[in-house]
Amino acid sequence: MRISVQEAVFDPGAELSGFGAGRADVGGVVSFTGLVRDDTGTLEALEIEHYPGMTERAITAMVEEAISRWELADALVIHRYGRLDVGAPIMMVATAARHRVAAFEAAEFLMDYLKSRAPFWKKEVTRAGESWVAAKDADEEALKRW
Amino acid sequence: MVDLLYFAWLRERVGVARESVETSAVSVADLVEELKARDPRYAAAFADTSVVRVALDQDLADFSAPLAGVKEIAFFPPMTGG
Repeated sequence: MRISVQEAVFDPGAELSGFGAGRADVGGVVSFTGLVRDDTGTLEALEIEHYPGMTERAITAMVEEAISRWELADALVIHRYGRLDVGAPIMMVATAARHRVAAFEAAEFLMDYLKSRAPFWKKEVTRAGESWVAAKDADEEALKRW
Repeated sequence: MVDLLYFAWLRERVGVARESVETSAVSVADLVEELKARDPRYAAAFADTSVVRVALDQDLADFSAPLAGVKEIAFFPPMTGG
């Protein structure tokens, strides 16, 4: 597994190249990349704060759980912090498994947990000012299915 | 002494990212009451604890959790990763 909490931009294609490759027990790879979206046309940037130390610890725990629950051959989580421009990649998850269902489910599990249990906080910077993004009840609800 | 850490709007309301305090509080809830009585900045930050999460030594915890042996207490809003 690989976990990276970083400020630097990453290339999702390059990260995926070689992931889960060259092994006989991998039947499929699923990946998700989150990008900075601008719903209002006024977003200048997203500022992401995190809790160094706890962030890595929390992500490691969720990745280890995903690996054991879905018998993953490999897992990758990259999550950025700092100031991100519109359209920039924020984070990515990749899972490699023997079968498709396991790879998809494990990726969704990781996405749901990263949203609500990894200590990141997003602030939207617009021309009108700055505001912290509020957590959604639906994101907390989503954890219940796991 | 314990280290208190604040993130996102809690950090902005309290005015510092980290501080060391001397406390005899036995639980997180006790500590919050102690802080609120100390200064209006804390009263503003902890006005609605339903939107405050706490981690003890980097593990999520409840407000009823005991503080014995804890070195680092972090307060923050519900997380918005992903």
